[in-house]
Amino acid sequence: MATVELKDVKKTYAGGVEAVKGVSIDIPDGQMCVLVGPSGCGKSTLLRMVAGLETITAGDVLIDNNVVNRLGPAERDIAMVFQNYALYPHMKVYDNMAYGLRNRGMPRPEIDQRVREAAATLGLAELLERKPRELSGGQRQRVAMGRAIVRSPKAFLFDEPLSNLDAKLRGQMRIEIKAIQRRFGVTSIYVTHDQVEAMTLADILVVMNAGLAEQIGTPLSIYERPATTFVAGFIGSPSMNLMKAVAQGAKGLQLADGGSVVKPRDTELPQGGREVLLGVRPEHFTLVKDGKNADLELSVTAVETLGADTLAHGRPSGSNGSGGEIIARLPGASRIDEGDVLPLAIDPGLAHLFDAASGQRI
Amino acid sequence: MQTKRTVFPNKALPYFLLLPQLAVTGIFFLWPAWQAIWFSFLREDAFGFKSTFVWLENYARLFNSASYINSISITFTFAFAVAFLSMAVALLFAVNVNSMIRSRNAYTTLLVWPYAVAPAVAGILWWFLFNPSIGILPYLLSMAEIRWNHRTSQADAMTLVVIAASWKQISYNFLFFLAGLQAIPNSLIEAAAIDGAGPFKRFRTIVFPLLSPTTFFLLVVNVVYAMFDTFGIIHATTEGGPAGGTNIMVYKVYADGVIGLNLGSSSAQSVVLMCVVIFLTVIQFRYIERRVQY
Ligand SMILES: Nc1ncnc2c1ncn2[C@@H]1O[C@H](COP(=O)(O)OP(=O)(O)OP(=O)(O)O)[C@@H](O)[C@H]1O
Ligand SMILES: [Mg+2]
Repeated sequence: MATVELKDVKKTYAGGVEAVKGVSIDIPDGQMCVLVGPSGCGKSTLLRMVAGLETITAGDVLIDNNVVNRLGPAERDIAMVFQNYALYPHMKVYDNMAYGLRNRGMPRPEIDQRVREAAATLGLAELLERKPRELSGGQRQRVAMGRAIVRSPKAFLFDEPLSNLDAKLRGQMRIEIKAIQRRFGVTSIYVTHDQVEAMTLADILVVMNAGLAEQIGTPLSIYERPATTFVAGFIGSPSMNLMKAVAQGAKGLQLADGGSVVKPRDTELPQGGREVLLGVRPEHFTLVKDGKNADLELSVTAVETLGADTLAHGRPSGSNGSGGEIIARLPGASRIDEGDVLPLAIDPGLAHLFDAASGQRI
Repeated sequence: MQTKRTVFPNKALPYFLLLPQLAVTGIFFLWPAWQAIWFSFLREDAFGFKSTFVWLENYARLFNSASYINSISITFTFAFAVAFLSMAVALLFAVNVNSMIRSRNAYTTLLVWPYAVAPAVAGILWWFLFNPSIGILPYLLSMAEIRWNHRTSQADAMTLVVIAASWKQISYNFLFFLAGLQAIPNSLIEAAAIDGAGPFKRFRTIVFPLLSPTTFFLLVVNVVYAMFDTFGIIHATTEGGPAGGTNIMVYKVYADGVIGLNLGSSSAQSVVLMCVVIFLTVIQFRYIERRVQY
């Protein structure tokens, strides 16, 4: 158990690829930090630098306030769960879990006790004599977790540990991982590109893009106040609608694609003439009966009925279509058909405004 | 998987198309094999005028002859020394080349070259290098006060043929070991490093056990190679000598049959070798096709 701190960490690979361009994160003891971002943004690279599997080009990694840049993976006293589990295929489950302890010269009885305790916690007690190939995907995942737990390391590192499991098992293991992390109170870094995992597991969520941390915060704060259009589009599903618009002072925002003027309630409007992006999450549109209260009229081009919700795809009526598609998430009971024109209100205070050029939140 | 099936309207046509291959197999493999079996039951008189059917007497004499027992033991020593040396060196090369990133392909190409050299040429090459009068190696060894003469010392002769036979085979083994190493996921090595195992421990407890299917396969292949494909090397270097010190079974078949003209005994030796080949082939199919399980 320890704190983990990254100070302006950078990584340039031998070929000249700048995979991580300067990331600083502070993880207090016992917290779970989730790195999320699109493929190739440098999540694994960052994690592997913490693990000691990749050299650090610049910056510092601190574990328990000690710079560990020059230490090998074994000396950092961390445990890692790999995407493909990386179980030793020729060793039994028991030996897979005991391997790290034996290498550290722990006495036999203590190894035995630790392995059996961890196995009991993870429901692996019956499987200790099996080889990895005789286990299901979920069981292998548990063994990989067990191998991490027995060592009582300073930190757990996870690199997309659930991405090889089917949807149902993934949900189950996600909850289990969270429970185990809470129970043992081990500081953790978890890499994923699954939003649900990111939102549910994180104490600290780091949204990465192109080698940089775009935003760091609690999952809710990131959902509620995305700092950039990238974060706005990345967190939330379906992703936030971003509409180009030009500020018209007190009148509101003129949608750029020839649509109407929109004036979101409880929102501070930028000065006239400024080009902005108006962001509204699909779930923050409400269908209103009376056209007078509508902020926006949506001509529906496609409908997805999910049961609990209905997703209405379309574009603002009167627009020339250049602004792209808008999605509204409406209650499942609303009966909607293609070609309908829906009067929609933006929930008060839930509109987001970004600078069109920089993508930064206004 | 679906393969395209051709149905021949004419029943004779497929056999006709197979004929050339069947003819080659028959004339060059089955017929000589049959002849060897037949001759192994015969004894020719000293002038080659008539032969008598002697049942298993050739075999009985063979296994009672000290020189044949000696040849068997020499063959085993030779085969396992060649397998061990060529595999150990190949593994060393493979591990080192595998850890390179940029120069990997260049080294691989260079290390594969010796495989293209014909056995007799390889034999001559080593014969020159080790030649007691003109070779460079005995000269260097003499500086270290080691006297080299494979014409008189059986140990020197054995060392020479083992080195010459292994040298070629290193390339082959190297390729297989390299492929085997590359098939081991990197994350396993990384997991072991995080688990506190240093490079040697990782090799001993993770890499080597995971290479065991490759190792077993190569062991069989190399033993077969050393027993049957090294005729050219022996012929070009020691000719089985001195005093039978490198007279492996295959070479003895030739020495007794072609040079000594003892066709009965030579044929019986061929049949024994045939049995060994069949045995090794069975092992290969039974165990290697199923893969060594770890
Ligand atoms: N060993 C390497 N040598 C050179 N470039 C590399 C190496 N490993 C990764 N990269 C590059 O660094 C960048 C970041 O890779 P990284 O694996 O960290 O991405 P990631 O965020 O984990 O992606 P994913 O979600 O697909 O796993 C990519 O552009 C990748 O091509
Ligand atoms: Mg990755």
